Amino acid sequence: MSGDSVWVLGTSMTRFGRYPDLDAVDLAAKVCLEAFADGEVTVHDMDVMAAGTLFQASTSMGQRIQKQIGQTGIPVFNVTNACATGATAIRTVYLSIKAGEASMGLAVGVEQMGKMGLLAGGSKEEANVYEASGRYGAVTSIDGVLGTATMPGVFAQAGMAYAYENDGVGFEQFAKVAYKNHLHSTLNPLAQYQKEFSLEEIMGSPVQSYPNTLLMCCPTGDGAAAAVLVSEERLRSMPKRVQKRAVKIAASVLTSDPWVESGQVQPDVNTLTRNAASRAYEKAGIGPEDLDLVELHDCFATAELIHYDNLGLCERGGAGDFIDSGAPFRDGTTPVNVSGGLISKGHPIGATGVANVFEVTTHLRGEAGDRQIEGARVGLAHVIGLGSSCGVHILEKAS
Amino acid sequence: MATTQQVPIVNYLRVGARPYLRAQECVGCGARYFDRRNACAKCGQAEFVNARVSNHGVLRSFSIVHRAAPGIPVPYVSALVETDDGTTVRSNLVDCPADPGHVTLGMKVRLATYVSGTDDAGTECVAFGYRPT
Repeated sequence: MSGDSVWVLGTSMTRFGRYPDLDAVDLAAKVCLEAFADGEVTVHDMDVMAAGTLFQASTSMGQRIQKQIGQTGIPVFNVTNACATGATAIRTVYLSIKAGEASMGLAVGVEQMGKMGLLAGGSKEEANVYEASGRYGAVTSIDGVLGTATMPGVFAQAGMAYAYENDGVGFEQFAKVAYKNHLHSTLNPLAQYQKEFSLEEIMGSPVQSYPNTLLMCCPTGDGAAAAVLVSEERLRSMPKRVQKRAVKIAASVLTSDPWVESGQVQPDVNTLTRNAASRAYEKAGIGPEDLDLVELHDCFATAELIHYDNLGLCERGGAGDFIDSGAPFRDGTTPVNVSGGLISKGHPIGATGVANVFEVTTHLRGEAGDRQIEGARVGLAHVIGLGSSCGVHILEKAS
Repeated sequence: MATTQQVPIVNYLRVGARPYLRAQECVGCGARYFDRRNACAKCGQAEFVNARVSNHGVLRSFSIVHRAAPGIPVPYVSALVETDDGTTVRSNLVDCPADPGHVTLGMKVRLATYVSGTDDAGTECVAFGYRPT
């Protein structure tokens, strides 16, 4: 252990699901205190805090959490970046430590969505009198007339564009992704759903946006996750048992979407993920073949399949063969989403990017229980928020 | 006889005898945009000219949408079309059954306009989609 790396010291997440009797502050405060206990520190050790939430982004979430866990006067960054919000919170604390302005900090992500159902896509509002408004001078609502902006539809189109460009990708390959993640979730007590479904049940469940059926879409839900990060110098001053459980952040990368021709009508989830992955591999000095597990952003089954390719887990164009070969199953060569993924573990948006880091950290510590990937030493956590923003973190076990 | 007023659903649809889509094209690099831009997102130049987008293209991707906001008729086919001059457009496929057996990636399509609604003043809204050829 030497150098100026940043480490994950303590971490925690709630089970994802429905918490109608708690609010987002309750959920977040709980995981913050648990993350402190996990790292054997207190709120008084924190130099900085970043709090991520999407739907309550304007509510001073970080300060509201502090009122439950300790108001020490440290700077709070309230962050939002669509589904990459949690990763952005982690990266904010990471940067503060890297900059030398802090030696320890708290990143927390939280969301309370309830049963909000279908995201994006607007509503059907036929105007009484047509009047042009907005950047496109629309005289009425356009969703369902000029294509779809709903999340299942946008990601379906991302998957079908991949199917157009590459052989061996179709409805069944997308369905297999969901089969795998539902199967994986049966071993994760923190998953919102923990139920296995057959491929036939998945392909036969109600179509949301073909090829995504209901069982190929992540649910909405509530949850929170937190991580305490520490500088290497400060970590070295801590007890050996704490150092042993710390996990190194070998790479922390955030990208936005560069211009592509089709980007104005269909968010490009590929280029920024490719860019983030290649930068992360370079920083960590590893390649995708070195990964023992990957938690990637499977908001829909179609998304996971194309990210095999974007993250370099398979050969270019080979994502269909990759799932067909069984490689991303937990007993395969590159286990992907052994937590159950967003599809079954759940996707309380602000929490997701921290929960992925929790998951990888837990495996690298050898503390993942029934779902443990034996001997895991290196893992990758990926999230993407439409708009777009991509976060990639590569974590390494302490040597 | 009074003629019925018509308005396009969006300002980049040009209606008339020969409807087409009009884009703002960057004079520096040729990137096209359907909304107004302060500077080109590709190259940074700030000068644009109107460009007529080809009415012909191929289906690069689609989704058959069965679940949408209340009031939106489903199922429908949302399509990403790459026009012959390389512009990607999103709209619905029209005159095509909304099932995977009738929608083929790479199939040729062309722009089609139709009246999608009428307001209280009797003005018709003209929308566009793409029809298999």
